[in-house]
Amino acid sequence: MIAESLYQELILEHYKHPQGRGLREPYDAEVHHVNPTCGDEVTMRVKLGDGGKVEDVSYDGQGCSISQAAASVLHELTTGSTVSQSLAVVDEFTRLMQGRGQVEADEDVLGDAVAFAGVAKYPARVKCALLAWMAYKDAVVRSSA
Amino acid sequence: MTHSMFDVERIRKDFPILSRELPGDRPLVYLDSGNSSQKPSLVINTMRDHLEQHYSNVGRALHVLGSESTEAYEGARDKVAAFVGAPDRDEVIFTKNATEAINLVAYAFGNPTGTDERFRLGPGDEILVSEMEHHSNIVPWQLLAQRTGATLRWFPVTDEGRLDLSGLDELLNERTKIVSIVHQSNVLGTVNPVAEVLARARQTGALMMLDASQSVPHRAVDVAALGVDFVAFTGHKMVGPSGIGVLWGRRELLEAMPPFLGGGEMIEAVWMDRSTYAPVPHKFEAGTPPIVEAIGLGAAVDYLTGIGMADVMQHEHDLTVYGLQALGEVPGLRIIGPETAEERGGTLSFTIPGIHPHDVGQILDDRFGVAVRVGHHCARPLHLRFGIPATTRASFYLYNTTDEIDALVRGLHHVQKVFG
Ligand SMILES: Cc1ncc(COP(=O)(O)O)c(C=O)c1O
Repeated sequence: MIAESLYQELILEHYKHPQGRGLREPYDAEVHHVNPTCGDEVTMRVKLGDGGKVEDVSYDGQGCSISQAAASVLHELTTGSTVSQSLAVVDEFTRLMQGRGQVEADEDVLGDAVAFAGVAKYPARVKCALLAWMAYKDAVVRSSA
Repeated sequence: MTHSMFDVERIRKDFPILSRELPGDRPLVYLDSGNSSQKPSLVINTMRDHLEQHYSNVGRALHVLGSESTEAYEGARDKVAAFVGAPDRDEVIFTKNATEAINLVAYAFGNPTGTDERFRLGPGDEILVSEMEHHSNIVPWQLLAQRTGATLRWFPVTDEGRLDLSGLDELLNERTKIVSIVHQSNVLGTVNPVAEVLARARQTGALMMLDASQSVPHRAVDVAALGVDFVAFTGHKMVGPSGIGVLWGRRELLEAMPPFLGGGEMIEAVWMDRSTYAPVPHKFEAGTPPIVEAIGLGAAVDYLTGIGMADVMQHEHDLTVYGLQALGEVPGLRIIGPETAEERGGTLSFTIPGIHPHDVGQILDDRFGVAVRVGHHCARPLHLRFGIPATTRASFYLYNTTDEIDALVRGLHHVQKVFG
């Protein structure tokens, strides 16, 4: 009953059929982030273009459905957008995840990522959801450096 | 269960928490005793009674409460000593947990404040552990190796989850000063062949320690019969409270070791520039100890003795046979550890293809009230050995039932449906 709100259909869909998975060339920066408590891992590459355009976000990793689905959703939301737009999504997603389930999600900003709203009620799983997003932020900073 | 005296339903009534319900009217199915066990009323009431009626500091107060407290605290030591067959009650040292007990021994080696040859350690000397250890029996020895320049080595683990002793004579050699291995693995359930390793240690002159955190709660352990030098275990896994653990060591070795922590109660006399130390066990019990916790552990030992450790072990063995069979029917499930109940305890760790243990554990908990542990269970090197990041672990104790194992299996089938 409670798990249902955690394992939204959209999350399970992304977990079973990840979008944009696999590491690709060319890229400006590659990062590797791990979640030491459960061993979730993600390697992420970012390729930026003119005008702050995010040309590609490619990734590989292993871990629970939440962490892997989060990477897939992130790929969809960031690829083709701009650095500033995508970082606004990262900020909103982080705010939602750290809100202990008390924060109202801004669906206009988050798009499909609102499906993760239920995760915020599970402190042990918040890190799983944030793993790919923190990696993305890190990779963008390194790409622009 | 088949034998006459052991009545699991009656035992369950001794543990108040087992009849609580979880939110959403789900019964609690507690299969995480390998992590920490639940507590019977006897332990809870003994601790409350002590706090309400007898509490004071131990060993230093001359009043009535002081002597009642001291008597209860030292009485707990007697009980624990008898429970594990210690030849001498002063060989039982109360620590905070098993982790502290292992660190206490590790700090005796290569320690400039000690003089005994057996504890001298430096470059060229070796420390031997195994690949199936809990981090508590790895990291203290890594730190010791770093402090002294000694070399840390380890027994490998076979694919079946047994200690690989094929290299025993080479791994345990004249350079080895201490070998410390787990008695029963907290992941694999494997019970290790202590006698074989000890025989070799006696040939080469190495000291031997056992991490008995997962054996003392589940089987009759007799330290004298085992014949090793040090044994560590922890109160919270044996129906006792957290905050109390035990180091048993041979008196003669304990006397030869330097103190661990310095402070009140561990001294004989103190001058500004030096001190002399109290006899064991007090030499190793600096500061005010976990008084009520030790007394609680004494009650835990009374409780387990009342049930009988042979019956506890038999019950868990029956659960293990049943559990291995039942889990074997879950499609694709892989047991990490021995697939038969021989020389094995009731700790069943497993993987399910394509489903991460965190997802398994979450659904078992949320939907079925089944509490298991997921992750690497503080044994990361062992998981690396098997090429997996994590496992799901169900661990049984005297109060678990075959119905609870059925609930686990039902839950696993549901997990497979969600992620299928
Ligand atoms: C085999 C083993 N050794 C050591 C420990 C550490 O016990 P504690 O955390 O109580 O020191 C545990 C418990 O987690 C264990 O299972």
